[in-house]
Amino acid sequence: MTAPRRVLGLVALAGLPLAVLGVFFVLPVAGMLERGFVVDGDLDVGAVLEVLTRPRTGRVLWFTVWSSAVATVLAVLLGLPAAYALHRLRWPGRRAVRAALLVPFVLPTVVVGVAFRQLLGESGPVVALTGGRVDLDGTAAGIVAGLVFFNVAVVIRGVGAAWEGLDVRPGEAAAALGASPAQVFRTVTWPMLRPAVVSSASVVFLFCATAFGVVLTLGGLRYSSVETEIYLLTVQYLDLQAAAALSMVQLVAVVALLVVAGRLRAVPDPTLARSTARPRRPRRSDTPQLVATALLLVLVAAPVATLVVGSLRVDDTWSLAYYRALAADGEQQALQVPALEALVTSLRTAVDATWMALLLGGLVALVLTRRSHGRAERRVRSVLDGFFMLPLGVSAVTLGFGFFITLDSPPLDLRESPVLVPLAQALVALPLVVRTLVPVLAGVDDRQRQAAASLGAGPLRAVATVDLPVVWRPLLAASGFAFAISLGEFGATSFLARPDSPTLPVLIFRLIGRPGELSYGTALAASVVLAATTAVVVLAVERLRVPSLGAF
Amino acid sequence: MRTPIHPTRTAAAALLALTVSGCSLVGTGDDESATAPGGAAGTDGEAGGTVVLVTHDSFFLPEKLVKRFERESGYDLEQRAGGDAGALTSQLVLNTDSPIGDVAFGVDNTFGSRALEADVFAPAEIDAPAGVEENALPGDDEGTLVAVDTGNVCVNVDTTWFAERDLDAPETLDDLVDPAYEGLFVTPGATTSSPGFAFLLTTIAAYGDDWQEWWEELLDNDAKVVNGWEDAYQVDFTQGGGKGDRPIVTSYDSSPAFTVDGEGGTTTRALLDTCYEQVEYAGVLRGADNPEGAQAVLEWLVSPEVQEALPSSMYVYPVVEGTELPEEWADLTERPEDPWAVEPAEIDENRDAWLREWGDLVSS
Repeated sequence: MTAPRRVLGLVALAGLPLAVLGVFFVLPVAGMLERGFVVDGDLDVGAVLEVLTRPRTGRVLWFTVWSSAVATVLAVLLGLPAAYALHRLRWPGRRAVRAALLVPFVLPTVVVGVAFRQLLGESGPVVALTGGRVDLDGTAAGIVAGLVFFNVAVVIRGVGAAWEGLDVRPGEAAAALGASPAQVFRTVTWPMLRPAVVSSASVVFLFCATAFGVVLTLGGLRYSSVETEIYLLTVQYLDLQAAAALSMVQLVAVVALLVVAGRLRAVPDPTLARSTARPRRPRRSDTPQLVATALLLVLVAAPVATLVVGSLRVDDTWSLAYYRALAADGEQQALQVPALEALVTSLRTAVDATWMALLLGGLVALVLTRRSHGRAERRVRSVLDGFFMLPLGVSAVTLGFGFFITLDSPPLDLRESPVLVPLAQALVALPLVVRTLVPVLAGVDDRQRQAAASLGAGPLRAVATVDLPVVWRPLLAASGFAFAISLGEFGATSFLARPDSPTLPVLIFRLIGRPGELSYGTALAASVVLAATTAVVVLAVERLRVPSLGAF
Repeated sequence: MRTPIHPTRTAAAALLALTVSGCSLVGTGDDESATAPGGAAGTDGEAGGTVVLVTHDSFFLPEKLVKRFERESGYDLEQRAGGDAGALTSQLVLNTDSPIGDVAFGVDNTFGSRALEADVFAPAEIDAPAGVEENALPGDDEGTLVAVDTGNVCVNVDTTWFAERDLDAPETLDDLVDPAYEGLFVTPGATTSSPGFAFLLTTIAAYGDDWQEWWEELLDNDAKVVNGWEDAYQVDFTQGGGKGDRPIVTSYDSSPAFTVDGEGGTTTRALLDTCYEQVEYAGVLRGADNPEGAQAVLEWLVSPEVQEALPSSMYVYPVVEGTELPEEWADLTERPEDPWAVEPAEIDENRDAWLREWGDLVSS
């Protein structure tokens, strides 16, 4: 293919995602920034920069950076052994455990915040069991624990998908030549795994740095992150200059991070071999990884168990009363819309969000992983790569408000469109879909596509015969992920959804916002239903995966 | 290496694709029919078209009522949520030139002055029933805001906790700093929650320029400040869902209606000397596409059926005089005669300074 044709092809593939991101991300964010920078028609950069010299801004920035960094390191350390045990080893129940570990990621933060506080608080089991020596309530450690709880699934999924596809033969060869397991890991496995680990870690860091609900509910008033500060500045003080300044900082930081991550991610051998081996039975030497996985399961299960136990305890006895309340209709006090109806709304929205995220993410991943001809093309691709990750680095408040101030006049009067909610959720899921697909697609030897083309296959046919068989598993994993994210998404949804057709997380938020044990218990029961639904969906996706895939 | 496409695999993929697209198509179809719950095809345009009601997150009225409004007025009601009361107000102010709907509900008396300042609302031309005028926002000379509901933020106590310990429960703000109640009080923060801000205003109304000293004493008395009402009530309060260990909490005067003991009584009580009245307003947005429809919504919000539905759907009190309260509410709750108040203009002038000073107090 000639160079101009290649560039045209690139643009055509990237066109749809670029347009969507342009309208639903760049435009709203630019609109909000403009409100901050332009005062009475004049550009006022000085006033915006002045915000950055406030001592409080420095404290907020520092807290955001260090808490996110610590949480990311912990999530990777806890996630790696689990990714290995769940994706390279075959043992009974591993699919269920894999599904279970994804559950925290999609629980509404309000509920988890409350469950966490109950677990860690003054009268909680942790304080009681440790005789008060461990009291994390309202501390930075509590926030970090919450961030890890939510994000460890990202590491397990992202790294697991890559690990699953690794060619085991080089490692076996090294072992046969006398390398210890540690040496095999360090010299063979790690270099092949590094891109996926860096990808996941950068996503986790971004999620931590932009976490809103976790910091707000677990942090008490002593801690404020950039995200909560933007919320305060916009909503409480309507200080758009300060909010714009912090949003700029957030964006710049994200771009910088993506550049660094891109460097670290660089694959030593771009034609990474795909595995042909199936997961094997655990050996004695796998004990540490299995123990670490069990430990992680316990850590993740504790807050979830708090929810489950709470939903089953009525007046100090076991009862299903809160679950029965879920079926009650709007006439009864506890629930305004039957939880079942909210669940259906959630599922339906999630289906839409999932296909949108897969369509956009699939196109982006294809664009990013085609072999680049020439420097300029490679540069274009890496800029695009960063661009599609940007939504992770922008405050939900900025985005939500931006929607309302920019998409307000024809032909872009989309404020009333029913597409907004699934689309916003798809944008939240997009970076994860891209990050799940890219390492796998990048591992496909481009010569296969060339071979297909030389045998007469068109571009679509080439994708279907070469890429699809390899990307099939990660694609399902990504769809499960996107679906789960959409099920639990609360921030953007509460901004854009209609009050008369709430999703389950919105309903839970309403329930938890009213006094009375019945409301609270029903909220817990609804959360358990949400968690269970997610687990079932993820489990179904796992089941669907054709086991012999990738074999000759 | 070459991987052949397996026929069954292709079929599975196609099937999955079909299922997914099928689901979403059904979904979209239903979504659309849900936006026009009136069901009467062709109402659009004929009898006034769609009217867009922007609200805060907690807004909810039973579907039956909404349908009846649509049937009787001929308008299609489209609802949109825009965050909490503060976020809603900020959004309305930011969109003054191009309003995000026709009518807005949920701006309260702690944020109302911001909306007035920005000229967000147009004068309301409705026949307001008795009770609406009486709750008008001071300073709203044009009559743009229509009061819809009220509620008081009050300190609540767990009466059973104090009875078990043979201890008198506190009654006033002064009591809260009494060492007898050390470590017993939890309150949501003023910068992060709307009842928290109302409680800060209570103390400013009560202590004037000395409010900071009172707060210092309160914090010395081991009061706990958490982020949101949910954290304070559901986690730390002894009668909340999570059975915490602090028997005094900042909540609402309606809260006792939700802590029934199963024997016709309630286990909590609002301290009527510690209350700050919140009034929620609705108004026609200036530059609305459908101002007539907006007026119709305003009249509907103060109509008997909506006013009667307010307690059970939004746990607030109706403003219209003579509206009947649900039984538990009438039996179990008490309302303050003379709650604390701060002039909206004064709030507007000092809001940022107060919040910053308060923030410094609690974080140091």
